[in-house]
Amino acid sequence: MRISEHPILDFDRGREIEFEFDGKRLVGFEGETIAAALHAAEVRVLRRSIKLDRPRGFFCAIGRCSSCLMTVDDVPNVMTCVTPLRAGMKVETQSGKGTIAPEGARLATGDAASEAIPSAVPLAIVGAGPAGLSAAIYAGRLGVESVVIDENDVPGGQLIKQTHMFFGSLDHYARVRGIDIGERLVQDLESCPARLLTGTTVLGLYDDGDAKALSLLKDGQHARLRARAVILATGASENVLAFENCDLPGVYGAGAVQTLMNVYGVAPGERVLMVGAGNIGLIVSYQLLQAGVRVEAVIDAMDEIGGYHVHAAKIRRMGVPILTSHTILRADGETRVESATIARVDERWAPVPGSERTLDVDTVCLAVGLTPNCELALMAGADGVYVAELGGHVARHDRDLETNVPGVFIAGDASGIEEASTAMLEGRLAGLAAAERLVPDADANALASLRQEAEDGLGELRAGPFGERPRFGKNRMFDLVNDTKDERRGS
Amino acid sequence: MDHRRDGILRLEEMRGQLPDPARLARGPVVVVECVENIPCNPCVAACAKGAITIEGDINDTPSVDFEVCDGCVVCISACPGLSIFVVDASGEGDTGTVSLPYEFRPLPEVGETVTALDREGSAVGDARVTRVLSSKALDRTPIVTIEVPRSETMNVRHFTRKDAPR
Repeated sequence: MRISEHPILDFDRGREIEFEFDGKRLVGFEGETIAAALHAAEVRVLRRSIKLDRPRGFFCAIGRCSSCLMTVDDVPNVMTCVTPLRAGMKVETQSGKGTIAPEGARLATGDAASEAIPSAVPLAIVGAGPAGLSAAIYAGRLGVESVVIDENDVPGGQLIKQTHMFFGSLDHYARVRGIDIGERLVQDLESCPARLLTGTTVLGLYDDGDAKALSLLKDGQHARLRARAVILATGASENVLAFENCDLPGVYGAGAVQTLMNVYGVAPGERVLMVGAGNIGLIVSYQLLQAGVRVEAVIDAMDEIGGYHVHAAKIRRMGVPILTSHTILRADGETRVESATIARVDERWAPVPGSERTLDVDTVCLAVGLTPNCELALMAGADGVYVAELGGHVARHDRDLETNVPGVFIAGDASGIEEASTAMLEGRLAGLAAAERLVPDADANALASLRQEAEDGLGELRAGPFGERPRFGKNRMFDLVNDTKDERRGS
Repeated sequence: MDHRRDGILRLEEMRGQLPDPARLARGPVVVVECVENIPCNPCVAACAKGAITIEGDINDTPSVDFEVCDGCVVCISACPGLSIFVVDASGEGDTGTVSLPYEFRPLPEVGETVTALDREGSAVGDARVTRVLSSKALDRTPIVTIEVPRSETMNVRHFTRKDAPR
C-alpha cells in the first residue's frame, strides 16, 4: 500500500513504469527498488529457500542479508532490495540457488554515464553515512583530498530515512531531522576536496606497498583504488531473532520498515507487532503511526523499556501498549505473516505457560539490535575483539579510531553500535587523525581545537545513563590498546 | 519508575517539575515532561525569555522558571522528544486548554471536535480544537490547542480525529 499523505515527507515519485513479474505486468515508479515496487503491488514472496523450499521475502532492505534474491532479466541472485527498477524488467521468483545466466544476459544499469574512477587518492572513505561524510568534511578542512565510496545510489546512509528530530547538543545538529542532517552533510561535502562515488561496492582492502589498495565494483566493472589512508564507515547490520517461522515474509528488520515507508513511501503492512522497545523500536513504531499503520503492541523481553521515556510516551499516548517482559513465540501464515503469538516471560526469560496471546498482525518488525560491519577492517589485518557493549565483534581501534593496522581507521556504528550523533563526531575524529598523518605540516592548533571539540561532544553524548553501555565498551576497547599516541600527544 | 515498565509517566513522578496551582490559575504555562538524563538541550535555546535552563551538562533534566514562562508555546516544536506541553487552566468557566505537538496528517481544523487522549492513550472525552499553528518555523511539528475540562488539563496529552482509523 502506497502512502499518499505524510506529516514529514513528500514522496517525489518518478515516472510510472511497467515491468514483468512471473509473467504478469505490474507497474512501479522509476527511482524505487524492485523489492519496493513488488511490495507496493502486494507481492511478498520473492524467492524459495535452497533446501526446504520455504517462502522468503526481504528482511534488511539495505543489501545485507540476501533474503531478497530474485532472478532479474535472466540474471540469478539479484539483490532486489537495492536494485533500481527499470522499465521492461523481467523479474522472477527464484527457487533455490537459481540458474546460471545464459550468455549475454546482463542486468540493466543506469543511463547516466559512468564516472571515471580515480586510480589513487590520499584518503579513501568507505561509506557515505553520518560517519563517512563527517570524516571527509573534517579531513577536507585540513586540505586532505578524499574519495567517499558508497554502494547506494544516494549518499547519507541511514540518515535518509530518519524523519525524527535528533537529540544531543544544539552545537551538533540537535533538533534537526535526520533526513535534513544528511542533506546538510552532503552540501558541506561540496565545498571540500572530496569526491563522492556512489553505486560502488568495496569488495576488498589489501596491502599495497606503503599504501592500501581497494578493489571496487561499479556497474559490473572492477576497478582498483590506491589510498594512503582508509577510513571505514561501513555501518551495521540488523540482528535477527530466532522464533518459529521467523523467516516468513512479513518479518522485517526495523531499518527495512523505515526504508520501505520513509524512502519509498510504501507501508510495510496494516497491523504491526514491534519486537524491541529500545530507541529504534520506539521511534519506528511512531513513524509507522505517522504513516497510518496500526501498531498492535511493542514488546521487549527486558523488564524495562530500553529506549528514552519520551519516545515511549509518544506512542503510549496514542494507545500503543508497550509490553515489557514479553517475547514472541512464533509467527503464523502460509506465505506471509497472518498472526503472531507472544507470551510473558519470567525473571529467567522463560515464557510463562498460559500467558500466550495471538495478535492479528500482518507484519512483525524486529528491532533487536545491530552488529558492526567490520569485515573490511578484519580483511586488512585488524584484530577482531569481542566487546558485547559495542554490539559484538569490532576491529581493535584507539581513541583516534585507528585500527591496529596503521593508516586504517574505523568510525561510526562499524566501530561499535551507538547513534548517528556519535557517529558524526567519531567520523570527524577519524578524518582529523587521517589528516594529521597525511599532512605533516597541518596547522597543529586548528587540528587540536577541532579534535577537542569532537572529543568533548562525544564525552557529553556518552555521559548520561543511556551512554553508559557504549562508554563502558569504548573504554574497554581503549584499555586493550596500548595507546602510544596519547603519550606522544602528552595527554 | 513505573514509566520505565509501561511508558506512562505518573504525575507523582513529575513532582517538583510542575507549576503549582497558583501559577496554573494565573495563565498559560509550560509543562516539560522530561524526567530522564538524556543528552539533549534544544529547549533551552528555544525560549527567548530564558525560562528553561539545564544546569550542568546536557544530560541533566530541564528546569523551568514558571514566573518567567508566559506559556507562549514556541518551545513545544523545539523538543525532539515531543515532551513539552502548554496548559491553560486560568479561565473563568470549567474548561482549560492543552497545546501539544501534532505530527500527523490531516491536521484538524479550528472548531473541529476531536477525542482527547491521556498519557495512556485512553479516551478522556470530546475536545474542541481552538488553534492550529503550522508555520515553516515549526519545521513540520505543528502545535494544536484543544479545549478540555479544566480538571483534565494535566491528563490530556494527545487527541485523535473522529474520522481517523483506530
